[in-house]
Amino acid sequence: MDFRPHLAIIPLSRVPKSMPKHRGRDLSLKKACAIAGVAESRLGVVPDSTVLTLQAEAFAAALTDAGLEKSDVDGVLVSGAWGRLPQLQICEYLGIQPKYADSTSVGGASFEFHLGHAAAAIQAGLCKVAVILYGSTQRSKQDKYIFQIRNDLGYQYEAPYGLPTPVGAYALAASRHFAEYGTTSEQLADLAVSTRAWAGLNPRAYRREPLTRDEVLESGLIASPLHRLDCCLFTDGGGAVVVVSPDVARTLDKPPVWLLGQGESLSHAQISEMPDLTITPAAESGKRAFAMAGVTHDRIDVTGIYDSFTITVLLTLESLGFCKPGEGGAFLENGRTGPGGEFPLNTNGGGLSYCHPGQYGIFLIIEAVRQLRGECDERQVADAVMALISGTGGVLSSNSTCILGLE
Amino acid sequence: MAEETQAIDPDGDPYWAGAAEGELHYRKCAACDAAIFYPRSICPKCGATDPAWAVSKGEGVVYACTTVHRAPPAFADNAPYTVLLVDIDEGFRMMGGLANNGEGVADIAIGDRVAVTFQDGPDGRPAPYFTPA
Ligand SMILES: [Zn+2]
Repeated sequence: MDFRPHLAIIPLSRVPKSMPKHRGRDLSLKKACAIAGVAESRLGVVPDSTVLTLQAEAFAAALTDAGLEKSDVDGVLVSGAWGRLPQLQICEYLGIQPKYADSTSVGGASFEFHLGHAAAAIQAGLCKVAVILYGSTQRSKQDKYIFQIRNDLGYQYEAPYGLPTPVGAYALAASRHFAEYGTTSEQLADLAVSTRAWAGLNPRAYRREPLTRDEVLESGLIASPLHRLDCCLFTDGGGAVVVVSPDVARTLDKPPVWLLGQGESLSHAQISEMPDLTITPAAESGKRAFAMAGVTHDRIDVTGIYDSFTITVLLTLESLGFCKPGEGGAFLENGRTGPGGEFPLNTNGGGLSYCHPGQYGIFLIIEAVRQLRGECDERQVADAVMALISGTGGVLSSNSTCILGLE
Repeated sequence: MAEETQAIDPDGDPYWAGAAEGELHYRKCAACDAAIFYPRSICPKCGATDPAWAVSKGEGVVYACTTVHRAPPAFADNAPYTVLLVDIDEGFRMMGGLANNGEGVADIAIGDRVAVTFQDGPDGRPAPYFTPA
């Protein structure tokens, strides 16, 4: 007789979905770091600046906000297509020789990637105080470096057709969503209107005057079905975010804003390679962020979704699971995401109305931190303790989603 | 005699040579049967290297489309014009323009059948465009 103990085979689908473990420790970034300081540089049109001075401005202000000194900084994370070797240039300018450096550059979402990478580095003991930096003078200096038209390598197969980058790619995605689900320009316009209403409450916002649905619809087609006012601003600006280890966070005056969950995903570089134009890489990264944080959608008090274009927000909300596929249009209607609405979204006025200096993602972090600290004055969302931010880069190419909380 | 160097692109060159002959070339993975576009030296599905070249019939369905009103400077004279993503019957997706700048085409919409035709692109070499089938 066989007396060997019975070895049950558990199908993979029934393995509990907990975080993988390594030497008994959860391989998770939950509360691996906190955000201690945030700041913008001057925004909008800043002709008396360079990419270096704008980043220095934001860097100094963010350190002051955190209550830390330059000498405390031992990690630097940057993204930007300016200069020859941007990370070397900005570290030299600021006089920092970091122990940990990351220049993941996947478009406007880069800074949400950086937040996860800073958390991992801090958890591994590679650094204690990391600064995420961005600056751009694209408006004043008319630098078009971010979306320089490339005609080589993979781009040669799209180059003959004159698709404007990035707006044309987003227009293609909108056309597909309209055709599949009956989404309308009116629904997208309502998001632009709600976002502008938030901007009206933010003294730092570039466009603050109220906006109507008709004004959006009559602003002229750029690439159908997207109108001029479905598109983000084109401004100068910079930002800085100070990320610290839990032991440093507990010594500081301001309440730490903890990273509770982060996920990231890359999909493609050019729009003809995107598998489904209605599902963004946020579907993958969002799942990972929620699983790491161990929370569900109903716990989120305030949300920041990358709004390069109105359609970006609609697709991201669906991909994150805030509504079902095809319901994004209805989700945005009638001021639901605006001041007083049930789903406070992009409360700084977003890339559509506050600022958009090429890579916007760092400003999602800045606003979420301010909301959770209760520093938002007129636009403050009452009792906000948990925020979700989701950055999208390229042409719906990359996404990193982060969940932040006071506890 | 001046020495001339010509940049060689083993992915792109056969594709454009095909276009010059009025043929739409793509690649086909022997290992996993994937249709590969744009053409490349490794199968993006299974990782097999050096997939074979194949010629498409050039017919498909419009997957997405936009009419460009604010064009990049080099294309401004043609605006407004339409750019398509087309799901080709052999199982790949590609970008294309509407042939003859859409002349004689009343309307093109997602789901419409289209067929490839070749006309000179902005750099003077023949490139694939599409007409309603
Ligand atoms: Zn294959």
